[in-house]
Amino acid sequence: MLTLILIVLPLLVSISLFFVRNERWARNLALAAALVEFGISIAALVQYFLYCHCQLLFRFEWLSGYGISLKFGMDGLSMLMTLLTTFLIPIIIYSSFTQKVARSSTFYSLIILMQAGLVGVFTAFDGMVFYIFWELTLIPAYFIAAYWGGENRIRITLKFFAYTFTGSLLMLVAIIFLYFRTPLPHSFDHIWLYANNLNPAEQVWVFLAFFIAFAIKVPVFPFHTWQPDTYVTAPYSGSMLLGGLMSKMGLFGMIRWMIPITYSVLNRTDGLFIIFPLVGIVYASLIAIRQDDLKRFVAYTSIAHLGLVAAGAMALNSQAMQGAIIQMVSHGINIVGLFIIIQYIEVRTKTTSIGELGGIALKAPRLAVIFMIILLGSVALPLTNGFVGEFLILLGLFKYYWLYAAVAGLTIIFSAVYMLWMYQRVMLGNTNAVTENFTDLSWKEMIPLIGIVIMVLWIGVAPGMFMKLAENGVGQIIGVIR
Amino acid sequence: MNSIISLSVLGVLVLFLGILKKKTWLLPLILLGLVVSLVMTILHWNMNRSLFHNMLIIDNPGVAFSAVMIFSTFLIFMFAAQYYRKVTRPLDDIYAVMIFALVGAVLMSYFGNLIMLFIGIETLSIALYVLAGSHKEAITSNEATLKYFLLGSFLSGFLLFGIALLYGSSGSFDLYTIHAYVAQHMHEGLPPMFKAGLFLLIIGLSFKIAIAPFHFWAPDVYEGTPTLLTAFMATVVKTASVFAMYRFFSITFFGIHGVWEMTIAILAGITIVIGNVTGLYQPNLKRMLAYSSISHSGYMMLAMVAFSGGTANALLFYSVSYSIATIAAFAILILVREARGNDYFGSFNGLSRNNRIEAFTLAVAMLSLTGIPPLAGFIGKYFLFAAAIEQGWLWLVIIAIAGSAISVGYYFKPIIAMYFREDQGTILRSSRTYKVHIMVLTILILLLGVLPFLVSGLI
Repeated sequence: MLTLILIVLPLLVSISLFFVRNERWARNLALAAALVEFGISIAALVQYFLYCHCQLLFRFEWLSGYGISLKFGMDGLSMLMTLLTTFLIPIIIYSSFTQKVARSSTFYSLIILMQAGLVGVFTAFDGMVFYIFWELTLIPAYFIAAYWGGENRIRITLKFFAYTFTGSLLMLVAIIFLYFRTPLPHSFDHIWLYANNLNPAEQVWVFLAFFIAFAIKVPVFPFHTWQPDTYVTAPYSGSMLLGGLMSKMGLFGMIRWMIPITYSVLNRTDGLFIIFPLVGIVYASLIAIRQDDLKRFVAYTSIAHLGLVAAGAMALNSQAMQGAIIQMVSHGINIVGLFIIIQYIEVRTKTTSIGELGGIALKAPRLAVIFMIILLGSVALPLTNGFVGEFLILLGLFKYYWLYAAVAGLTIIFSAVYMLWMYQRVMLGNTNAVTENFTDLSWKEMIPLIGIVIMVLWIGVAPGMFMKLAENGVGQIIGVIR
Repeated sequence: MNSIISLSVLGVLVLFLGILKKKTWLLPLILLGLVVSLVMTILHWNMNRSLFHNMLIIDNPGVAFSAVMIFSTFLIFMFAAQYYRKVTRPLDDIYAVMIFALVGAVLMSYFGNLIMLFIGIETLSIALYVLAGSHKEAITSNEATLKYFLLGSFLSGFLLFGIALLYGSSGSFDLYTIHAYVAQHMHEGLPPMFKAGLFLLIIGLSFKIAIAPFHFWAPDVYEGTPTLLTAFMATVVKTASVFAMYRFFSITFFGIHGVWEMTIAILAGITIVIGNVTGLYQPNLKRMLAYSSISHSGYMMLAMVAFSGGTANALLFYSVSYSIATIAAFAILILVREARGNDYFGSFNGLSRNNRIEAFTLAVAMLSLTGIPPLAGFIGKYFLFAAAIEQGWLWLVIIAIAGSAISVGYYFKPIIAMYFREDQGTILRSSRTYKVHIMVLTILILLLGVLPFLVSGLI
């Protein structure tokens, strides 16, 4: 039941926000709703641990003649992703208060609608319902980026929409195709979709459809071309939603749907498809080093980091997959933290160009410390959240094929290079005309960042609970593969 | 049967009211009459009668589709008051002809005999030729009616010739007799005369539905016809002709697979590609909606290709969702044309600022036509695609899916214009009732998307 509340509550709030005329009220209501939502998800977590890993299932025959039922539940994987969503959404909403938003009731309504879609994606255990929520998230994401975005937003966001919509349609064909391969009476239930009896050729097609759909969303090289432009042009809240949460939908889809259904293709192709994200890691890292715009820089680092996660998910062993799940959470937290900091910098200096900045640490020690912690999380220093996931992924990849682990391991070197070099140019050195009057963070501004820093350290130092949740999620999927 | 009579009587009554110059009574009478006919239609549910030696067969699919068409006509008439409010003459003729066209459409959904099909189509078409030219002062309207009439009567010849050839080979106009004939001669191969007749019949019907490559009339005629009547053409007429074709195939070829399936599949594929790709290059919303209607006829053809999977249900849902979304789009189009004199996409710029409800309605309609969940259009597409995949038409579904992806390119044009482009200070003059009507349409689109079993389980 809690699962259902987590989806229905934001839907209702989103609809009612449309009709709130007072903009202050709208944003406060949105924040309150997001916090309540976070509280409910904590309650769900408690319930999960108290009643020993029950799945908190909700089931309603929606279109019984067509085998579609509204089946929502939470295993460890869903729980982690839901927690990530409900944790980040209030932070995203709160951090948007620093800038004035036009037509803010619509803006917050869309963010909350996005939350409903995301929780639906992460908790759906029915293929068609998964698809419906998957598409539901696209609408608010598109409107947020296209209405409140920057330069060239119309062209860029249409590209984004067309790209991801095409991918999802491929997935739709695959899901319907699978449906007809389930025993009579057909069903979209995940258990039946897992137990399909496709012949090898059909499996390849279904796999490709899933792979392209999810690879576009993550994005995995070479389907990433929409991503940097979109991240740059979207407003900060939009970039956070896209980078922090929407990209996880693709990885989640791989782990929940693609791998259990078509793992044999991955087996037969001998890791061919892992090469795509690996190429992406090197490619995006090299480009990131050369970036001058901070938002574009984060966009490329995201391709590199998520490429590692995708490679780990496809390595088909429990360590790598567990690492991938942990790393999805860590990356979501870190990238939102980075975007918040960039937003603060842009609010103060009116620029995001690395070349124009410098010496901020002298003026803003608090910002410098927080920035450093989040940065180290991204670099995967031990005792930060990035380390746990990346270490497990590399371990799993090494078991799979040592060369892959060697290439993937480059990401640690690369990310240390581009992250620290960026930090050096932005924060260290002497101040210049742009950063001369830089003011340090106020306590109000620090609230969301403190939340993020706590999570960076918590997952880094004591990852026990998160590991347990991830283990539960992985256990089921590895169970299907075996 | 009662609904046909009541609709015909309604048409005659409307003409009488015109003679008596009771202008204010017209629309209330029509709406009331349509509701009465709708109720009468629904009362036919589960009756399964055949009348006049199988001339008309009252069965559940027929009842459901006529109910949908009467309902769509009702929705269109709701906007008539605003659309014609500057016209001082009674307009009884236009309304009456629309109702007679609806009678033709209802006949087409009950036919059990090819002669009845032809009578239905002609009743519908002749009424439409008049409607297309009903704006007598506008040259575009004259052009539309001339084009439609010339091509339409020519293609009616094809249809009639096809029916004659079918009669020549099978010895009957009756659908069930033809079915028996086909079942008997299937294994030894059907005679060329039968195949030629079938081919001509498909061409004739394709023209009415606007299936490529017989679609060239549609954009010009749609553009020239007065907008309210274009909405009628794009929804009621489209539903009637698609269902007539479906009915012909599903009865005549019940349980039989044959070469015609591939013909229809290829036509569907061509229609989807041409409709969607050409739709990308249209400068204004009305022409775009014309191409949108072409591509949607392509999707609806999937129901015919896969009819052995019992797709009447899928087709019904698709027609309902398509009709409601299209009527909503035309309702906004009427307002924009009135306020700005044209409907180029530029005229929609910044519409969302001063006209929230109107912009929202058009956006929902466009998203539903694109097929984005959780709107009605998505569920409709899903039903059709699933049926086609089940029958093994995967390649056709992939074309259809590609078409849907392309359609984003044009369905998003008005959305982008309304929400993301600079305001031009356009204020649409819509009355409070008009606003309520379009909100009802929006809610219907959302409701059918979330609770599809309201319609999907019917037949």
